[in-house]
This record gives sequence, structure tokens and C-alpha cells, in this order.
Amino acid sequence: MSEFSPQIAELDGFIDTLDSLEGKLIVVLHKAQNIVGWLPTEVQNHIAHRLRVPASKVYGVVTFYSFFNTKPKGKNKISVCLGTACFVRGSGDIADEFSKRLGIGVGETSEDKLYSLDSIRCVGACGLAPVVTVNGKVYGRVTVKDVDNILKDVGGNA
Amino acid sequence: MSKIKSLDELKNLQQSVQGATELRVKFEQGSGKYRKHILVCGGTGCMSSESNEIHAKIQEELNSRGLGEQIQVIKTGCFGFCEQGPIVKVFPDDIFYVKVTLNDVNELIESVDKSETIERLLYHTPETNEPVTRHDQIPFYKSQQRIALRNCGIINPEDINDYISLGGYQALGKALTEISREDVIKLIKDSGLRGRGGAGVSTGFKWEMAYRSDGDKKYVICNADEGDPGAFMDRSILEGDPNSVLEAMAICGYAIGSNEGVIYIRAEYPLAVERLKIAIKQAEEKGLLGEGIFGTDFSFKVSLSLGAGAFVCGEETALMNSVQGLRGEPRMKPPFPAQAGLWNKPSNVNNVETWANIPQIIINGADWFKSIGTEKSAGTKVFALAGQINNVGLVEVPMGIPLRDIIYEVGGGVRGGKAFKAVQTGGPSGGCIPASQLDLKIDYDSLQSVGSMMGSGGMIVMDENDCMVNIAKYYLEFTVEESCGKCTPCRVGNRRLLEILEKITKGNGTEQDLQELKDLSEVIQDASLCALGQTAPNPVLSTLKYFYDEYLAHVRDKKCPSGKCVDLLKYIVDPEKCIGCSICAKNCPVSCISGELKGKYTIDSEKCVKCGVCFGKCPKKAIVRQ
Repeated sequence: MSEFSPQIAELDGFIDTLDSLEGKLIVVLHKAQNIVGWLPTEVQNHIAHRLRVPASKVYGVVTFYSFFNTKPKGKNKISVCLGTACFVRGSGDIADEFSKRLGIGVGETSEDKLYSLDSIRCVGACGLAPVVTVNGKVYGRVTVKDVDNILKDVGGNA
Repeated sequence: MSKIKSLDELKNLQQSVQGATELRVKFEQGSGKYRKHILVCGGTGCMSSESNEIHAKIQEELNSRGLGEQIQVIKTGCFGFCEQGPIVKVFPDDIFYVKVTLNDVNELIESVDKSETIERLLYHTPETNEPVTRHDQIPFYKSQQRIALRNCGIINPEDINDYISLGGYQALGKALTEISREDVIKLIKDSGLRGRGGAGVSTGFKWEMAYRSDGDKKYVICNADEGDPGAFMDRSILEGDPNSVLEAMAICGYAIGSNEGVIYIRAEYPLAVERLKIAIKQAEEKGLLGEGIFGTDFSFKVSLSLGAGAFVCGEETALMNSVQGLRGEPRMKPPFPAQAGLWNKPSNVNNVETWANIPQIIINGADWFKSIGTEKSAGTKVFALAGQINNVGLVEVPMGIPLRDIIYEVGGGVRGGKAFKAVQTGGPSGGCIPASQLDLKIDYDSLQSVGSMMGSGGMIVMDENDCMVNIAKYYLEFTVEESCGKCTPCRVGNRRLLEILEKITKGNGTEQDLQELKDLSEVIQDASLCALGQTAPNPVLSTLKYFYDEYLAHVRDKKCPSGKCVDLLKYIVDPEKCIGCSICAKNCPVSCISGELKGKYTIDSEKCVKCGVCFGKCPKKAIVRQ
């Protein structure tokens, strides 16, 4: 039994429902990330085995797409929009401020696994630029001064 | 639910469900059940400012007041004026409320019940501060003409009957029962419709190529991988009017001889995915998708394929690889998708906005469409206005409208009364257009002539405080990150471009670097495999062309005129203005400011990290940024 056995069993259940396995790699990876939260090597290898493709191909696809994570994410996901509309309204400074406060770079997760900081490209809420999303909740018209309050908000869940 | 077997049955259904939308389009109750409609915008922008909660509270209040049978509250797609969201509209009174909050709900319901207007929630024109009741009197909407966005913000996107009540699926019925496949293609060709996703290829021409290709199986593909940062028109169409895309894809399927459609959509658009799933299910239940549509032998099904966050997958051959579960790397062309596309079968790929135009062209004819816009760019285009502009939002205007009208009339001018510097069109593939080109009449060809492109229609306005070298660097960072790495000019060339730009913004650039930027850009344009690489240098070339002075200031004088490039900045204390209050010294995080109380303070440039704290804190504005 490994750490991921229950999740792999759930994933197997999903793969069994597919009528054909051809071209289903991305579909299966989406499902796997949905179940596990990220894509550990063990899960990738298992998918390769089930879909009868080389593990290198699975790895190649996983690392090609930014949506797939090869490392676990923090409990709280903070994403700063770096789309152009937000960028020209100062979202770069906001990303820097979060980075400074959390002591992690963009794309990293804090050691206590409480926070992940990411950049996203345009959530389509340009009217509220610059925009930060925390666990899916959108904060609009954010200034560097708001970073403190946002972290306090999140702190309640941490 | 019974399936629709003929165009007449569809028209009968339209009659019977017409009451659902009569309040909203004819401003009368007609055969509808409700006497009032309250429309709440459920687009992403408004939802970010609690429009979901507002919708729920209105529903709850209506029920508790016993008005639930008289007044209906409907969640629609985006109505475009995101800057003023959340937007709520009241029909048949045709009132347009902006920036509505949860606290306004009670007053709103009372006013709707009594047919009154709440003046403070109306849009007020910035110049005269006059309240405006109807949306079409607001300058933002005056120059707009809605074809692709015709139903967005008017219908309930989760109810196919709303779409049918406004004539939905009649274009498909008409095509299947009255027009030959060849004539459908001719109609689209004659209309002059060009692809709205970027390159502007004739849609009819693409359909014809796919039609002429032999194959036992063909695919119709909708490109909904909207990746340009700052462009959100495709998402709004899918969220606000998903059936228009399904109907158009089925029309194309009939024309080119395909029975299967695939919508490739970003996983980052969960709401659009959800609404598409609902629309597909409802269309299947009504027999508008599936086997033997409209009683003919034409069958068509549509499935969704989720992207996984790769900008290059907006390129049609990369997109097809991704649908097949592979890395989204572009393929060599030829063969074109129309010859060997998805699973090596003939395929036709169009963008969401292109699809949304098709049903209207079938219904109103090619001449009608051609009469709008310019000679070579027929119809309208949806632009996403954003950046340093007053009215951020989605606008649909006829092709050929002067840039000045979009920025100043529709967009309401530059924020904070600052000077207009440039507008960036076409996303990372586009260019920056300077103030001297404001009278440019916008269409595919005019944008290319000034070194930019239509792209998907993002328009980001920049003001005097934006550094154009920094903007070029920003776009290059984007393309370097998103380059798939398959071909060398794009993978390596763009990285070198970025390195030169970084060197310049750090103050280490030379005039020779400017020449190298230009030369390298041209090589990348010529030698890259796909459009991503071929267009990636556009932001560099266009800023070099129009803002050469700014580049020169960076390399020759080591100054950033807009004060954005931190490494080129220097903070000093103006001794004339300094009163020796010591606020700057107390707030400096690196203690590089020294002096005596009531004396003159100085900044040690060696230690200064250029954080700008002193600049913001000085009560006498004695800190100067150079």
C-alpha cells in the first residue's frame, strides 16, 4: 500500500468508464489532479501503465501544460493576475509584496504548506484590475496596502 | 421533452416561448407570465463583485414578499460594461443600474414593484454628472453594434428557450432544409467574414477547403482557447450565449460534411464550460443536436475538450495535438487542417466570435453583413478595452471605426485625465500604436500596416506613466514562458530578445543593442514555425518604431522617462523643500537617509533600494525621482 493507493483506486474507477483510451491522456491527467491535488510520479507512472504509453510521454505532457502540478500546492492558493490589464495597473508590485510577505517566489509553496503563490494570466475581470484570487475568491482593485488585509483574511483559514 | 422535427415545429415553439423574452426586447408583457424582469449580470467580472449573492438575495426577497409570481429575476451573461459592475437591468422599464450592492436589494425590489427609478444607482455621465436611465443613451453603448454579442446580457444562457424565443436555431433549420451545402459555403464566402481569432483568414475559404477534402470523417472545431491576456470576448460569448456557437458549428458540419464537433476550451473558464455543458444537453433533448436534425438525415454531436494552460494551443495545429492528448506543439503546414487535421482527418477550426456571427449571416444574408464594416473587413469586431481607460469592458463596434472613437467616446478617455501614450492591440502578437495614429480606421489591414494586428481584439491603453521598453519586456517574458520550444528561432531567439531588453531596463544597454533587437526580431519573424514565434517580436518592433526616443533615453542617458525602470531611478532630496522633519529617515527600510532634525536630509544612493517609501511619505514633496 502506498500513500496514494486510495486515490489511484478512484482514478482507476474513472479510467474504467472511458470507452476508448486513445487520446485520453489529458482527460485522465485532469481527473487525477482533481482527485490527488497534484501529480506525483507514482500517479504518473500508474497512468502510463493504464493507458499503455511510455512514462516519459506522460511526463512530457504533464510538464508541457502549466495547469498540471508536479509538486503539492499549499492549503491557500494565492494567485496574482499578471495579464496585461492588471500589469499596467500595477499587479507586478502586488506580486512582489506577496512574495516578500510570504517569503516565497511566484510559483512556490511555503514550507509549512499553508500558502502557494502563483501568477495567472487574465481571469477576465479586467474592470476590477489589478486582481488577486485567493482560493478562487476574487479580490478586485487591489493595492500594495491591501496585501496585509488579504493575508489576514486568509490567515483565518490557515 | 419532445424533439423538434421541422423548421415549422421550431417556429411554433418560438411562438409558444416568446413570452419569455418579450419584456426584454419589445418592452411589453405579451404572452409572458411575469410583469417585470430583473436581469442580473452573471459574467465573470460582475460575479467577482458579488452579483451571484445579489441574484440570490433578490430571489429570496421576491419570494418572501409574495412577488415571486409577478417579478422574475434572471441571471444573464456579460453585458460588457465591466467597469460599472455589478449591473442590474429592469424590464420593461428598460432601466440600467450600475455598481449595485447587496444593500440596494430591498430598495430595488420596492422600486421595481412600483415602477419607479432609483436615481442614485443610474449611470452618471462623468462630464455633466447627469443620470442616464437607458443603456443605449450611455456613450459607452452609443457607437456599438451588436451581432456576435447580440444575445449576451439579454437571455438566460442556461435556458435554451430564451435563445429559441429570439429566433435561435432557425438559421440551422433554414440551412438544412432550404439551402444546399455549396450555397451555405458561398453565402459565408460572399459575406466577407474573416476569422476573429487573429489572422483574419476568410471563413468561407476555410470551409470550402474542408468541404473539398475527401474523408470518411471530418471534424468541426471551435477554438475557445482564449489565451491573450486582457481579452475576454470569447469567454463572454460562451458564458452569455453558448447556443449560438453550437448552432453555428452544426451549420458548418452540414456544409463541409462533418458529423462531429469539438470545442477546445481553457480549463481556466469553469463557468463557460458549465454553461456549454448545459446548452449541449438542452440542444440534444430538443433534437437540435444529435441524430436526424430537423427531420433530415444530418446528424451532429458536439463534445468538449479541456485545455491545460498553454498559450500556444490557440494555434490551430497545436490545438489539435492537445485534443489528441499530446503536447501542444504546432505541426508543419501544409498539410493544412482542412486536409489533415484532428486525428489526421479534414478539420475546420474557427474561433468563438467567428462562430457567433454565422447564424446571423445565414438569416440576414451576405449583403447585409457586407454592408457593415469596411470593404475588406466586413461586419463588426468585439474589443476588450482595458488598462488605463475609464470604461473597461467589452465593446462591439463596426470595422473601420476610428481608434480615437473607441478610446475617447466608447472608452471614455484615459483614466485620471492623464495623457494617452499608446494602445496595445492583438495581445503578445500585436504591437503598440502611438497617439499619432489615433485617427486610424480599425480593420485587419490597417492594423497590420502600422505594425500591429487584430489578434483576438484585446486593447490595452497605456498612459504617460507607462514605460514602453518595460511593456515590450513584459510581452517578451510572456512569449518566452509560453514558447513550446519546438523550433529554435522562437525558443532561443525570443529569450535572447528578452535578455537584451533586460539589459536595457537595467541601464546596461548600448545603441548597438537597439540594432541587434531589430535584426534578431526580423530573423525570428522569418524563421519561426508557427504564428506565436512569427509574431512574438511585434511588441519590440512596434515600440522601437514609435518610441525610439524612449529606448535612446534608456541606453544613452541611462534614464527611464516614465520612472518605471527601477534600476535607472535615483531618489534625491531637494534641499530647497526639505524641512528636516525626519519622516523619510524613520520610514526608510534600509536606513540610507541621514541628517539632523530641522536640518537637511540626504539619501545615500549606494545603499538605496529604490523602494519609493520616502517618496510617498514626504509631506513637502521634497523627494525627487530622477
